[in-house]
Amino acid sequence: MAQIIRSSPVLAFIGLQICFIFFASTLTCTSGSEDSYTITGRVKIPPSNVIGHTAKFSNVKVILNGGDKITFLRPDGYFTFHKVPAGTHLIEVSAMGYFFSPVRVDVSARHRGKVQATLTETRRSLTEMVLEPLKEEQYYEIREPFNVMNIVKSPMGLMVGFMVVVVFLMPKLMENIDPEEMKQAQEEMRRQGVPSLTSLLPSAGASR
Amino acid sequence: MAIRVFLLLLLFLSSAIVSFSLYEDQAGLADWHQRYIGKVKHAVFHTQKTGRKRVIVSTEENVVASLDLRHGEIFWRHVLGTKDAIDGVGIALGKYVITLSSEGSTLRAWNLPDGQMVWETALSSAHHSKSLLSVPINLKVDKDYPITVFGGGYLHAVSAIDGEVLWEKDFTAEGFEVQRVLQPLGSTVIYVLGFVNLSEAVVYQIDSKIGEVVAQKSMVFPGGFSGEISSVSSDKVVVLDSKKSILVTIGFIDGDISFQKTPVSDLVENSGNAEILSPLLSNMLAVKVNKRTIFVKVGGEGKLEVVDSLSDETAMSDSLPVADDQEAFASVHHEGSKIHLMVKLVNELDNVLLRETIQMDQHRGRVHKVFMNNYIRTDRSNGFRALIVMEDHSLLLLQQGAIVWSREEGLASVTDVTTAELPVEKDGVSVAKVEHTLFEWLKGHVLKLKGSLLLASPEDVVAIQELRVKSSGKNKLTRDHNGFRKLILALTRAGKLFALHTGDGRIVWSMLLKSQACERPNGISLYQWQVPHHHAMDKNPSVLVVGRCGSDSSAPGVLSFVDVYTGKKITSSDIGHSVVQVLPLPFTDSTEQRLHLIADTVGHVHLYPKTSEALSIFQREFQNIYWYTVGADDGIIRGHVMKSSCSGETADEYCFTTRELWTVVFPSESEKIISTLTRKPNEVVHTQAKVNTDQDLLYKYVSRNLLFVATVSPKGAGEIGSVTPEESSLVVYLIDTITGRILHRLSHQGCQGPVHAVFSENWVVYHYFNLRAHKYEVTVVEIYDQSRAENKNVWKLILGKHNLTAPITSYSRPEVFTKSQSYFFAQSVKTIAVTSTAKGITSKQLLIGTIGDQILALDKRFVDPRRTLNPSQAEKEEGIIPLTDSLPIIPQSYVTHSHRVEGLKGIVTAPSKLESTTHVFAYGVDLFYTRLAPSKTYDSLTDDFSYALLLITIVALVAAIYITWALSEKKELSEKWR
Repeated sequence: MAQIIRSSPVLAFIGLQICFIFFASTLTCTSGSEDSYTITGRVKIPPSNVIGHTAKFSNVKVILNGGDKITFLRPDGYFTFHKVPAGTHLIEVSAMGYFFSPVRVDVSARHRGKVQATLTETRRSLTEMVLEPLKEEQYYEIREPFNVMNIVKSPMGLMVGFMVVVVFLMPKLMENIDPEEMKQAQEEMRRQGVPSLTSLLPSAGASR
Repeated sequence: MAIRVFLLLLLFLSSAIVSFSLYEDQAGLADWHQRYIGKVKHAVFHTQKTGRKRVIVSTEENVVASLDLRHGEIFWRHVLGTKDAIDGVGIALGKYVITLSSEGSTLRAWNLPDGQMVWETALSSAHHSKSLLSVPINLKVDKDYPITVFGGGYLHAVSAIDGEVLWEKDFTAEGFEVQRVLQPLGSTVIYVLGFVNLSEAVVYQIDSKIGEVVAQKSMVFPGGFSGEISSVSSDKVVVLDSKKSILVTIGFIDGDISFQKTPVSDLVENSGNAEILSPLLSNMLAVKVNKRTIFVKVGGEGKLEVVDSLSDETAMSDSLPVADDQEAFASVHHEGSKIHLMVKLVNELDNVLLRETIQMDQHRGRVHKVFMNNYIRTDRSNGFRALIVMEDHSLLLLQQGAIVWSREEGLASVTDVTTAELPVEKDGVSVAKVEHTLFEWLKGHVLKLKGSLLLASPEDVVAIQELRVKSSGKNKLTRDHNGFRKLILALTRAGKLFALHTGDGRIVWSMLLKSQACERPNGISLYQWQVPHHHAMDKNPSVLVVGRCGSDSSAPGVLSFVDVYTGKKITSSDIGHSVVQVLPLPFTDSTEQRLHLIADTVGHVHLYPKTSEALSIFQREFQNIYWYTVGADDGIIRGHVMKSSCSGETADEYCFTTRELWTVVFPSESEKIISTLTRKPNEVVHTQAKVNTDQDLLYKYVSRNLLFVATVSPKGAGEIGSVTPEESSLVVYLIDTITGRILHRLSHQGCQGPVHAVFSENWVVYHYFNLRAHKYEVTVVEIYDQSRAENKNVWKLILGKHNLTAPITSYSRPEVFTKSQSYFFAQSVKTIAVTSTAKGITSKQLLIGTIGDQILALDKRFVDPRRTLNPSQAEKEEGIIPLTDSLPIIPQSYVTHSHRVEGLKGIVTAPSKLESTTHVFAYGVDLFYTRLAPSKTYDSLTDDFSYALLLITIVALVAAIYITWALSEKKELSEKWR
């Protein structure tokens, strides 16, 4: 077919058409005996960037009808279910690190085992039985990288922060106050007898 | 004010969706995962090449695995489907593992080093039959000899390279059952020997290239064969006749058949029925007669003579070539607590190549299977290793007189699980050393801090992990304050009871069930027999293990009482009647032994323990004991009540007759029972009422006597693809088991099973398949008590109508109403469980065992019938999640994180002493344990809590106080001077 495509664009178009028909009619289905058919498909896992999950086909299971039949992937990603009766079936793919939508598969008895596949999660129908993960699954929380703000935000950080504010910023604020007002306030305080820090720590003061 | 703050806090807590989540470095701290394969059926060694020595095994759990022969670790394994039982294993071309499964209809090849499936071939099969896999042992790798497979009436030749079926021979018409396939080396003709209707022996000569029958010879044997066969050499097999009294040697040299009959009585005096044992020995066969194993040598003309005889308890391996023209086999027999392994030459049975005696744990039982392998030692002599399968399904490798490694494969077939407490830590019991210097303590916490700030180097991470494991003391054998350390008691199919430690999953003790009545009873179920709590504190807790002599339900039962602390059997009794149902009663005697009723097939119930005290307790409650039976086959649920003591000679005073109280009959043409479920009897419900957003009260209908029943149309009872939506409907019922009254009925049109359900408090959640949408659905049903709905405020509660003054009886008609809601769920489910905590305060999580053998934790708030599309502000504050059509699958809430619990069968939860935390144990082929906190650990500091940071803060604060004090004093002084 490749040669045809190279030779002429018109032929190439026809070739593509043929190709489509070919795919639509044969790739997802094959014949079988009267009441048992074969479902063939392919699982495609994109090259992963998730650490710890290598896209290994050997750990992937393809499950028909909730565990009625289980098959595994060939090195090229293809899988086959043999001796499937006509009807509506459900195919699930179990692969660690990926979420696959279950696939509704209609095996037609009238059209000699023609297979129609639909993703049940997205309701997207598949022209070819190529199953790709809807999303990657990350089973662990990702630790946030070291961040000063995290420490500051933690209760203990807030405590320290408050202390710092009181110790270093309050005197600064005091300095900005008009000295006369300050004196007045101090007088008032003395009159009222507000205890100073030294009297708050009498024992510490006494020991000196 | 404080209350308001508390309420606000609660609201805040409840509105945040907490999901179980784990950082990667926390994996393995509170959880463990153990990988198993099951009882080994076949084993093929692969030790020819230098490099890794391995053994390929297939098991009764449908696992094919490659094990490291040095350490017994699993290189790779695959768990096939439940209906895909493995019939044969072989190694082809030196690089592929070939498995034949599903009664000879599926042939797969796996890459030997990494277990990747290389090809898969479906073979045609017409009917169920014995299947046969014959993988040629070819030394030349380049030449492709076909694999021959017989199954379901067809003989196939399959290319080992790509799995292509080279030819296929249909024998279904003749009814020909292939027994042996023989392929002489270098020949293109294969000989196929088989029987037609077990009376005629037929030998086909088939061209192995094209599959054409070159020649065919048949011969009728008048007596008929029994089907037991042993091939003794390349052209001879020995068969038993249908009466099991004559050994027939069938020779098929060059396609000619010859019979030679030898009555067993000629070989052994007073012989009964003979049985041909499975080991294949060259020019010899092993026959079991009169409970002894005799070795019969097959002479050149098919003449049989007895050469040796051994006791019955001998297990043998196939013979294997050791030197030129010499074949050897291994035999293992018991003597007290020792086993003797002997390797003998087949031709000279007196020539013992190897004799080893190995001390063997009594609780492993007898040796079931032996697989032998030889290797060449450095001094060019033959060395032997033997892989043995014990009665408790464990797998051991024996080499040089020692057990090199062992695997407890019994744990791959757990049938029932319960938990038990560890002993209280007393003086001198066992106190691990936890004290260490302050410096070490600080160093550890600085390391932890580094870890949580992501500043740790890989070595630090390892050190942190070690430190965490060590500091937590989680592996101690005493009870801890939080109830995190417990024993998990697991009963296996082999009838062995294991106690696993929750800390690291190690086996604390194990015990094989024994009985006088039968050789080895099967384990059925486990019950808490004695849990000393208030009284009898000096007693150790014990469990009741119910076993059965044989697989039939009418077989006599065996009860064993096992001390949980020591793992020793207290007593065991053959109870002489069958066990259909065991009912733990809510009564205990003065030593806190729980009363149990055991129902048998005759319709009687038996009370245990058989003491007069138990009897008097039981007599008091005689009128109040009800139970039900579910007849899944005839679609009838029956309620029973006690009638009187048994009459008859064999009856004792602990036996009672019963009468039927009610029946619920489901129409057999439209409904078939597929699932029944009740609440866990020991579940704790914290609150009876639920407060609505509009200050309304809803009273939960919390009854222990509710039974959830799911029925499906008979057509829909099969698998998913087999029925159209119009043909199938699913109906669920909530039935009161005292009165047989149906409290609620809900029908789902166009739905079918399998139904997996979980029942807790006043709600049921079940999972089924919706055929119309072609998706799985989950429905929640909550049941509320209408009769108490009037009692809305305190005054009404005190003065109004309520249950305190009116006598409450289960016979009164309950006024209930239900709420339900359905959601889609994107995966098949194997099992569902729910978390359980000590007081039932903590919100619940559903634990969904998915088809991918993972366990998903789903908050109960996702399956709340009060969810609406647009919840009001008040509802949002209450924590109601906006309604979505499907339940979310959040990858972080997989409690199994990056593990798979292969072949998942069940999930068991048990409360710890800490209210927030629950133990979760999942079993299947693998075991998995973890601790869960469904609403986070609100009642204790997490492991992550940084003590170092706290300490640093305190130090900093103290320092700051002193500095400011000094400054302030200075300032004051200077002011005084002024």
